[in-house]
This record gives sequence, C-alpha cells and structure tokens, in this order.
Amino acid sequence: MVGSLILLWPLLVATEFRPLQLFDAQSREPTLRFLATMVPPAIHSDFLQLVIRESWRTVAIATAGIALALLVALPATLVSVRVLSVSALSGRMSPAAFLLRQGVRWVLILLRSVPELIWALVFVRVVGLGPTAGVLAIALTYGGMLGKVYAEILESGDPTVAQTLLRNGSSRLQAFFYGVLPQNAAELTSYTVYRWECAIRSSVVLGFVGAGGLGQQLDSSMKMFAGGEVSTLLLVFILLVGIADFVSSWLRRQLG
Amino acid sequence: MEVELTQIDARHLAARAGDSAALALDRLSIASGEQVAVIGPSGAGKTTLLELIASALQPRRGKVELDGQNPWQMRSKMLQRLRGRLFLAPQTPPLPPRQRVVTAVLAGALPSMSLFASLRSLFYPIDIPGAHAALEAFDLAEKLFERVDRLSGGERQRVGLARALLTPASLWLIDEPLSSLDPNRAQQALSTLTANASQRGTTLIVTLHQVDAALANFPRIIGLRDGQMAFDLPVAEVTPERLRALYAQHEDELATALTRGIPMPEEPAAHGKHASVVTIQCR
Repeated sequence: MVGSLILLWPLLVATEFRPLQLFDAQSREPTLRFLATMVPPAIHSDFLQLVIRESWRTVAIATAGIALALLVALPATLVSVRVLSVSALSGRMSPAAFLLRQGVRWVLILLRSVPELIWALVFVRVVGLGPTAGVLAIALTYGGMLGKVYAEILESGDPTVAQTLLRNGSSRLQAFFYGVLPQNAAELTSYTVYRWECAIRSSVVLGFVGAGGLGQQLDSSMKMFAGGEVSTLLLVFILLVGIADFVSSWLRRQLG
Repeated sequence: MEVELTQIDARHLAARAGDSAALALDRLSIASGEQVAVIGPSGAGKTTLLELIASALQPRRGKVELDGQNPWQMRSKMLQRLRGRLFLAPQTPPLPPRQRVVTAVLAGALPSMSLFASLRSLFYPIDIPGAHAALEAFDLAEKLFERVDRLSGGERQRVGLARALLTPASLWLIDEPLSSLDPNRAQQALSTLTANASQRGTTLIVTLHQVDAALANFPRIIGLRDGQMAFDLPVAEVTPERLRALYAQHEDELATALTRGIPMPEEPAAHGKHASVVTIQCR
C-alpha cells in the first residue's frame, strides 16, 4: 500500500493531479451556475425536432460507417485468412501468398491503430464539416478492427473442414461458404452487431470535431452555455445508447 | 484415373529432418478403374500414401503421376483443377456442426459447381434427389435434413463416404472408412463403395485396418510396414504367412481381426493411429 503510493506519487505530480481544485471558490461558482441552468431541460418543440433529426443522423452515421467498414473488412478477411490458403495445403505457404496475406494484415493494423477521432479530424479537413467525415472515419477504423477480428474468429475454428474441401478441388470461396462460414457465422454476426453499438457511441464523440450528429449539437450548446439544451441532449444520448444496447443484445440472443 | 509412383521418399510435415522416411516406395502403379486395399500395422504409412497420391503431400524425392501428369509441376490453378478430379476422404470427416446433412453431402460436388450455383445451393439445395440417393446407399436417407451435430460418429463417417458418390472424381482415396462403423454397416459401406466405383470405372484405393474385410472385398492388396512396401499382390496370393510377417510385433492388431472374423471396430480417434486398444462401439 505504502509502496504503491510512493510509486504513484511521481505520476500524480506529473499529471498535475490536484482534486482540491474542484472545490475551490473560483471554479465552484461557474460550475454550479452552469449546473443550475441545466435543471429544466430544454423541451421547446423547435429544439426537440432538431434533436430528433440529429439523433437519427447519429444512427445513420454509425450504420453507414459500419456498412462501409464491412466493404473494407470482408475482402481483407477473405484475402488474409490463412485457412483458405491453397499453397499451404501441401507444406509451407508460397512466399508471394504469405507476403500478400501479411501485407493486408499490416494495412488492417494501420487502419485500426489510428483512432476514429483522428480520422474524423483528417476528413473534416478534406470533405468539410458534416456527417460524411464521421462516416468515413468510422468506416476506416472499424474496417481495420472488423477485418482483424474476423480473421481471428475464422482461424479459431476447425481448419480441417476447409482443408478437406480445398484438397478435393473446391475453390477458396466455395471452401469459405461450405467449410468456414457455417462454423463461425453466429460469432461473426454477433461481433458485428456489437461493433455497430460501439459505432453509435463513438459517432457522438465524432460530432465534437464537426462530424455531424448529436455530438456536434452538444458541442455548440456547450459553447453557448445553454445548460438546458445540454441536459436534453445528454438525456437523449443516454436513451439512444440504451436502445442500441438493447437492440444489439436482443439481436445477439436471436442469433445465439 | 491412373496412378504411378516412382522412387518416392515422403514424410509428414511435422516429422523432423533426421527421422527415418515415413514412406519409401520404389514403384507403385495402379491402373484406371482398379480397386486396391492398403493394409498394415499402425504407423506403417497408409495415410501418408493416400495423401501423397491425392497431391495433398509433396514427396521429398521421386515422382507422382496422375494420368501421366505430375501434379507438382503444375501451376496452382491446374493443380486445384486436378484435385477436383480426385476425392480424398479423411478418416473422421470434418463437418461443420451446424450444417445440414444435405449441404454437407452436396459439398462433395463443389468442384463441378460454379460459385453462383454453390451459393444458391446453400439456400435451396440444388440436387436433393442426388443427395438423397447417396445417403440412401449408406442407409442414411432419413437424416437428409438433420443437422450434422445431431449425428453419431458412425453416421458422420457415412455422410463423409456419401460425399464420394456426388463428386466428379475419377479416383477415390478413402482412409479407414470403417473405423467407427459396426460390422454390418461396415460390410454395407464397403460393398457400396466398390459397386459404385466399378460401375463408374473409378479407381478406388482404400486403407483398412480390418484385414479380413480387405481380403473379402478387394482383388489387389498392398501391405505396408514401416513405410516400406511389404507386398503388392492379387488377393489369392496373400497367405497367412505373409500377413503374420506384415503384422509381426503387432500381432494384436491382426489376431483380433482374424479370430473374430469380423471387421474390427476402432476408436474414432482424430488421426486413428492407435489401434492397440480395441473397443466395440455400441449404437
């Protein structure tokens, strides 16, 4: 205990961690004032209409982003997955095939190691403010994630099923649809639905850098110190995440 | 399909460099339409021989020729096309658990189907009568729309064999087809295979643990021991002395098979190399 405190101390100093700051008079007053303005959430009809439109846009960004991510992930998975290698049937994978598979894997790692927030900042510069930047950001990061995890799921199954089919002269895609997919379809779908739920949450964050949706609204209300609007948006956001969570767990139960 | 092996030295991928050769054959030629049983004690290289002929395993040295073509000098596309003309059935057919039996059986016909047809067949099986007839031949017709994971080990093995009847292949290489079948089913399965093979003119090579079943069903017997060919003879010339020599130090495997006078059931182990413990499977 004492040892860990001693170890922790330099870290706390380095991060300028001074919790008492939260309570000193200078910061307490504006905080309380802002919190007080939040109390009756803004519910006039103009604003509610806007909120509903932006929530819908948030769901749309997440869904379109996942759809594009699948366009990246599915071909990349098919190319990179080792169980579908024909040359590995009889010994070692041929060098060209190995390089191609490894190359695709590296691209996937690159895509997924850049957070979607950074991609969004980049795309806001390229395509301007708005949902398009959010969709592209989600598509790239999630494409990398889905591609990598799909390949891992497919390789965790029984490789001999596809191997037997390939050895008897099936094409790679036939071996995929008859030997690999039936073993893993439920797991793949469940992971995709879970990622869709994550995309909804992250598309709200992306709004803060100007990529549209609820987040962008939240950002501008925050900047105008419109406490009522902020609390409405937060409530709607919590509700949205709750619904997405519910839908995704229901879908996964159906598939299980 | 015609098979010709010359001066082969092959070993399994997992084997290390210093190990003795898993299989060393001077010469083996099997004419088109011939039916051959390969027998020998566990670890003699029976499965390696099948994989070698199926171009699933590349020999270290020597030449494999299928219909006069060397598969290892082909481009990968041609090799895959050649593989579509042969059918290698592993001892325990790996089948995806949630697949329906009809789909699993029709997977045998994949090399002759276009990608589009094979995708359509996933939703509505293309050749239900064909799958039904193939299963019927192995007494499994009533399982047509069952899920694979609801089948017993023996039923699964027969689904794997039923695939053969739907392949476009002209060479069937079947590894231990009887390992989890009871005696009656075993005889039925062998008769179905040999009858269909001779009707189509398909070359049939079967490895068997059951010496008496091999002698009763096949005109030509190859005995393998320690990766060497012990004999390659017409069935009439396979004498008890030769069999005893083939199974020397492995008498338990031979004795059980001969004294019972029935095919010897074996544990459905993943690679089926352990036959020293004999269990009778109840169905």
